[in-house]
Amino acid sequence: MSDFFFGLPVLVQAVIKGLAVVLFIFPVAAACSMAERKVSAWIQRRPGPNRTIPPFLAGIPGMGILQRLGLFQLAADGGKFFFKEEPLPDHVHKFYFVLAPFIAMIPAFTTVTVVPFGAYLDPAGRVVPLVLANVDIGILAIFAVASLGVYSLILAGWASNSKYPFLGGVRASAQLISYELSMTLSVLPVFLWVNEPGSAGSLSLARVVEFQSRAGFWGGTWFLFTMPVSALIFMVALFAETNRQPFDMPESEADLVGGFHTEYGAFKWSLFFVAEYANMIVGSSVFALLFLGGWNLLPWLPLSALLEGLHRVTGSALWLLPAVAGLLSTLIFIAKVLLTIFFFMWVRWTVPRFRYDQVMRIGWKILLPLSIANLVAYTIGIYFLQG
Amino acid sequence: MAVIQVKRKPLSLAERTYLPQIAGGLWTTLKYFFGPAETLQYPEERPAIPPGYRGVPTLVMDPNGREKCVSCQLCEFVCPPKAIRITPGSVAGGKGIDNVEKAPQAFDIDMLRCIYCGLCEEVCPEEAIFLQNQYSMSGYSRAEMVNHKDRLYELGGTLPDKHFKWEAKKAAEQGAGGHH
Repeated sequence: MSDFFFGLPVLVQAVIKGLAVVLFIFPVAAACSMAERKVSAWIQRRPGPNRTIPPFLAGIPGMGILQRLGLFQLAADGGKFFFKEEPLPDHVHKFYFVLAPFIAMIPAFTTVTVVPFGAYLDPAGRVVPLVLANVDIGILAIFAVASLGVYSLILAGWASNSKYPFLGGVRASAQLISYELSMTLSVLPVFLWVNEPGSAGSLSLARVVEFQSRAGFWGGTWFLFTMPVSALIFMVALFAETNRQPFDMPESEADLVGGFHTEYGAFKWSLFFVAEYANMIVGSSVFALLFLGGWNLLPWLPLSALLEGLHRVTGSALWLLPAVAGLLSTLIFIAKVLLTIFFFMWVRWTVPRFRYDQVMRIGWKILLPLSIANLVAYTIGIYFLQG
Repeated sequence: MAVIQVKRKPLSLAERTYLPQIAGGLWTTLKYFFGPAETLQYPEERPAIPPGYRGVPTLVMDPNGREKCVSCQLCEFVCPPKAIRITPGSVAGGKGIDNVEKAPQAFDIDMLRCIYCGLCEEVCPEEAIFLQNQYSMSGYSRAEMVNHKDRLYELGGTLPDKHFKWEAKKAAEQGAGGHH
């Protein structure tokens, strides 16, 4: 099976892997919208959407659980978009208006390519990351492409040709500029530490995970514990970059109706929605890779040790198969990403939206100096540690 | 008007950094997350109706199954939105109802007009009309939203008589030798 796969031309392999990832991201991004509704409901002590079920499935036992989890509601909501009329207001710039939601999807799905989501051990015992494009510029590619995402918001706000979307677009651009800096500065210490003197320089995310799965106490420590300030700044900036509450400025339903997507409806609106969740998934993935040890189950328990332990305890050689390792590591990684996304939702239904001036104040007066100080402190520390 | 100066307390460091406050909020919402739902699954689960609730007005029968309303039309007169329409009719009489002269031939309450004020219940000298615990009325037409006499009795049923007005009066008459 795996021989057959690796025997295929590289391009076909890439297409298969790409399709697999997109086919995973798209439904998960959609499912996140239902998870959002359920989490909000449970936090507000409601049951949430729990009634929709197609009549022909109602009799099957076990379907009640899916019904109560709102999965059929999700299907109904998603299916609805395909049959809805596509409203196109008269006063918009039609070309850019239609273009904006598609532009929103592009960075969301492009950044996925450089995110490693699992690993397997090759016969030599080395950990090989599972990633669509294992390029050395990893994190740089993500930052570069992810910041393009704001163009869709600005384009949507401008092309809508009405005041609320325009304000939303302006806020989106201001917010992105304010938080992009702190975000980039906060991850620099991680890469300073990872690129030890004597090793080939790399910005690859897989390298960061590798660094967090070395032997010894300090080797196996996740960066969340050694660099809590970096993790905090990155998390806060991530909230701002993905336009999540409490940095929900571009959308802010309360004061801007719907912000940049006020004039959108039906399928185009849902594209914005899916793009937002896809961005969240990618952002959470990067957070998990940088600070939560990637595909290692626990701190100080790297994947290779876990597989060896399972092999020893169960006595089964199954655990040493590359496919099993890849699957297990991917599952661990997905679990971490989903937990991070749950954290996103949890915060959204806890913290009220910041005022616009507060967002700017936090970004420029608190986070930026803090991230610079953090960078300086860690640079000096790493110099003495590794120098 | 007295002006009250409210001293605004300066925020502590923990409050200004947001984070401890946010952590506290997250803890609260987490407790709610795992708590039971406060809401009812409405059509299947119904709320408990407290006594004295003013629901849909209904006509009730006395514990002996006799019609209480004597079509005095006081409720029709008192009804602020004029939702009640009564057509009085005479009663042939018979065993058990020999003292009653009148009963409604038709008794209509237009639920599109009713404001659930309860004045009809309050004014009724025979305690024949009660606002009971039914709270949801729906229909496909205006005509359907008018409760006729049979529907009113169906909704009302028989209520235990709290006062036995006439029985008490009769007992007093007999016991006191004809005096009221």
